[in-house]
Amino acid sequence: MSFTLSLFREYIANYLKTKLTYRADFWVEVLSDLLFSAVNLVFIFVVFLHTPDLMGWTEAEVVFVYGYFMLAFGVFSTFFNLWNFSERYIVKGEMDRVLTRPAHSLVQIMLENVDPPSMVGGLVGLAIMGTSWATLGLPFDWYDPIMLLVMVIGSVMIYGGLYTSLAAISFYSDAPTGIVPLMFNIQNYGRYPVQIFNKGIRFLLSWVLPFAFVGVYPASFFLDRHRDLTMSLLTPVVGVIVATIGLTIWNRGIRKYRGAGS
Amino acid sequence: MASAYLELIRIRFLMMLAYRVNYYSGIIIYAINIGAYYFLWKAIYGDADTLQGFTVAQITTYVAVSWMGRAFYFNNLDREISNDVRDGSLAVQMTRPYNYLIVKMMQGFGEGLFRFGLFMIPGMLVVSLLFPITFPSDPVRYVVFIVMLWFSFLINSQLNILTGLFAFFVENNEGMMRMKRVLVDLLSGVVLPIAFFPSWAKPVLDWLPFPAITYLPSSVFTGRLNGADVWQALLVQVVWFAVLIIPIMAMWRSARRRLFVQGG
Repeated sequence: MSFTLSLFREYIANYLKTKLTYRADFWVEVLSDLLFSAVNLVFIFVVFLHTPDLMGWTEAEVVFVYGYFMLAFGVFSTFFNLWNFSERYIVKGEMDRVLTRPAHSLVQIMLENVDPPSMVGGLVGLAIMGTSWATLGLPFDWYDPIMLLVMVIGSVMIYGGLYTSLAAISFYSDAPTGIVPLMFNIQNYGRYPVQIFNKGIRFLLSWVLPFAFVGVYPASFFLDRHRDLTMSLLTPVVGVIVATIGLTIWNRGIRKYRGAGS
Repeated sequence: MASAYLELIRIRFLMMLAYRVNYYSGIIIYAINIGAYYFLWKAIYGDADTLQGFTVAQITTYVAVSWMGRAFYFNNLDREISNDVRDGSLAVQMTRPYNYLIVKMMQGFGEGLFRFGLFMIPGMLVVSLLFPITFPSDPVRYVVFIVMLWFSFLINSQLNILTGLFAFFVENNEGMMRMKRVLVDLLSGVVLPIAFFPSWAKPVLDWLPFPAITYLPSSVFTGRLNGADVWQALLVQVVWFAVLIIPIMAMWRSARRRLFVQGG
């Protein structure tokens, strides 16, 4: 573990050295990330000009859930920047290099692609949660920061596990699949209260592709009016399960890997 | 010369056809997006019959037809142009006896033709099975809608060309291209019909080309615009198409003067 942590420090230092050369790029990336979230927030704000509530959820509550989503997604994208895994590691054969080294292959790939600009979006999400917290006049209990940390770790494990599984598909088949963009769009459903969807989609978001655990369920722990104690406390449990599945698929996939032959 | 340009359309169409499998998942992705907004709007309406003059049936149709319109007019001309500028292959293209921008536009047509026949039309069929969409009964409305969609394509491609040409002036226009995409989705009315925007924003948007891309054609399709208003909407599109030619020409001129190619 301490070995991995020391690697993390080295990789971050390396990242900073390369990125400081292109400072403008860093801020452009941050800005375009934020703009994407801003559009979704504009949607929420504008919609609430025309309706007092969304199936019982007020504006501040919906924004709070969105802030939580941004926070979890920001942390996730910082560490799991696996979007071009198949292209870079399988097609171009960089996986060979990774496998000759002692650290775990997934850890190396995560560290090589670490993406700190995404963290800014997470911090903005945290700020949004704070603002909505004040607007809603929610009580602040001593265990809230600890619970938030636990929830975010759980949510990040869910995303991490899912996308690790998807990346690991490239070990089995080299055909470019449309699954990742598909998943990315389904994930958007998790940003809103699940109560607005029909039973089938609600089931899907809770138990098949548990994206509701990266949004409304964990966030509901802090929203007294909508608190769903069972579902919110299940977040870390689901996180551990999904992450284990993801890691298992990855480790099995590695054994299937034969190299691109280049 | 015209036959050479037509050939470019054909080649791009065939090229897209070779990768058609990628677009089948595209239809599912668009259906997923339409679904998300369908449920959101249903929750937004709650017990209300109309909001901003939209009935629930109209907003459902609006969301579906707007996304499927986007399936047609969307293209990556901005990325293609900026790649040509950055890797220097533009220099080779400029020595050839054709107009580079018209070539790009023709390739866009080829892609548009493919997207229309194999993405938008089948997508619309799939979506109409999943969600309660009301189709207009008047055949003239379909004809006008197709013509307006054609102008959506032209205006969107013009904005893409403008964004792509920025690669001449800045080192990295990646962020700009990403921001443009998000802004076009918001301001053209794909995410949110312009009628729902706050009252201070609407007059501002009247002076921007974005609503002409989605909001106007979708308003015609959903039957929110009738009679003379339909022709006025079409006129607005034609005017924007004409107006946008000016900055493109201006940028292209000054870009060519700036161009210097390394190595090669």
